[in-house]
Amino acid sequence: MAGGREIKSKIKSVQNTRKVTRALEMVSASKIRKAQDLMKASRPYARLMRQVIGHIAKANTEYQHPFMVARTELKRVGYIVVSTDRGLCGGLNSNLFRRLIAEIRELSDRGVQIDVVAIGSKANAFFKRLKVNLVGSATHLGEKPQLNSLIGVIKVMLDAYTDGRIDQLKLAYNDFVNTMTQKPTIDTLLPLPPSNGLTNTHEWDYIYEPGPEVVLDHVLARYIESLVYQATLENLASEHAARMVAMKSASDNATKAIETLSLIYNKARQAAITQEISEIVGGAAAV
Amino acid sequence: MTSTIRCDIVSAEEEIFHGAAQMVVATGEIGELGIAPRHAPLITRLKPGQVRVILENGDEQFFYVSGGILEVQPQVVTVLADTAIRAKDLDEAAATKAKEAAERALANRTDALEIAQAQAELAQAMAQLQALERLRKALKH
Repeated sequence: MAGGREIKSKIKSVQNTRKVTRALEMVSASKIRKAQDLMKASRPYARLMRQVIGHIAKANTEYQHPFMVARTELKRVGYIVVSTDRGLCGGLNSNLFRRLIAEIRELSDRGVQIDVVAIGSKANAFFKRLKVNLVGSATHLGEKPQLNSLIGVIKVMLDAYTDGRIDQLKLAYNDFVNTMTQKPTIDTLLPLPPSNGLTNTHEWDYIYEPGPEVVLDHVLARYIESLVYQATLENLASEHAARMVAMKSASDNATKAIETLSLIYNKARQAAITQEISEIVGGAAAV
Repeated sequence: MTSTIRCDIVSAEEEIFHGAAQMVVATGEIGELGIAPRHAPLITRLKPGQVRVILENGDEQFFYVSGGILEVQPQVVTVLADTAIRAKDLDEAAATKAKEAAERALANRTDALEIAQAQAELAQAMAQLQALERLRKALKH
C-alpha cells in the first residue's frame, strides 16, 4: 500500500491545525463581545465631546487656536497608525497598510515628508522596515486598552503640530462596521475640519476659566485623545472580528483538506486490496 | 415646577450620569461653581474633586472626578471627566494609602517634578476622602 502511512500522518497534522484554528476562532468569538462592549461604553464620551467641540467651533472666539487654523503650505504630514498587536487576523493590517502606502507614496511624490507613530506591534514592525520617520510607538495594549498608554504617542504628534514640525495630522485605523466588515479608514485629525456651515443667528462666546488659551488647549487635546482612543477600540473589535472570520475559513479549509486526503487514502487502500486479491487469484490460477 | 437643567456626566470609559438637575456644583480651576438653569455659556477645566448634582426632587448625588472639562450651555451641563467613579465605589483605604504614599513622597523627595506629581496625588486623595465623608453624612440622614 504505497504512501498510505504518509497520507495518514498528513491527515493527522491537518487535524491538529484545525484544532488550533478552531480554538483561536472560539477565543476571538468571546473576546469580540467584550471589545464591542468597550466600544459602546466609550461612545457617550465621544458623542458629548463632539458636541462640545461643535459648540466651540460655533462660538465667536476672539482667540484662534492653532489646531483650528489650516496651514497654507503642506511640508510634512503626521500619521497615527493603529494596528493589531498580533497576527493571524486575515488581511486586516495589510489592507490598512496598503491604503496608507498608496497615500504616503502620493504625498512623497509631491515632496511632502511623513512622520509616523505606530500603535500596535504590527504597525511598528511594518514602518520600521519602511523608510519613513517613525517618531513614536505604543505596543502591547492588551484586551483593555487604557487611555494612559496612548497619551504619550498622541502628545508626540500634538507637540509636533504645535511646533510646526508637521502641518497635518491623520489617523489610520480599521473601522468596525460589523463582524463581517471592517473598513480601513484614514481620518484627518488636525487641523480640525471646519464646522459644517451652521452659522448661528447671534454672536456669543464662552466664559473661559481661567482663559481661552489654556482651556482650548486642554479641550482640544482631550478631543484628539478621545478620537484616538475610540479608534483603538474600533481596531480591537475589528481585530477579533477579522481573526474570527479568518480562523473560521481556515478551519473550513482544513475540514475540506481532511476530506480530500481521506478520499485519497481510502482509494489507495482500496487499490492495494484489489491488487492483493488479483495477485492471489492470479497466483491460484497459475497453480 | 422648578426649572431644571440637563446634566450629562461621562468618562472615557463609561456614561456616569444623565438626567435633569436643579443645580450642578463642581470644582472648577479657579473655584467652586454652581450651575443653575440658564447659566451663561462657560467652559472650564475641573480640579480633582466632587461633582454634586441636586436632582429635581431635592436629592443630591455625588460623583468623584479626578479632573476633566465642564461645559455649560443654557440648557445643558456637560462634564467630561477624566475618571469619574461613583463616590460609593471609592475605596477609602486605598485613598488613605495613596495619600500616605503621596505625603511620604513629599517628605522624602526634592525633585521638582516628583513634588508636583505628589501634590497632585495628594489633592486627589484628599478630594476622594472628602467625597466619601460627605456621602457618609448623606447616607446617615
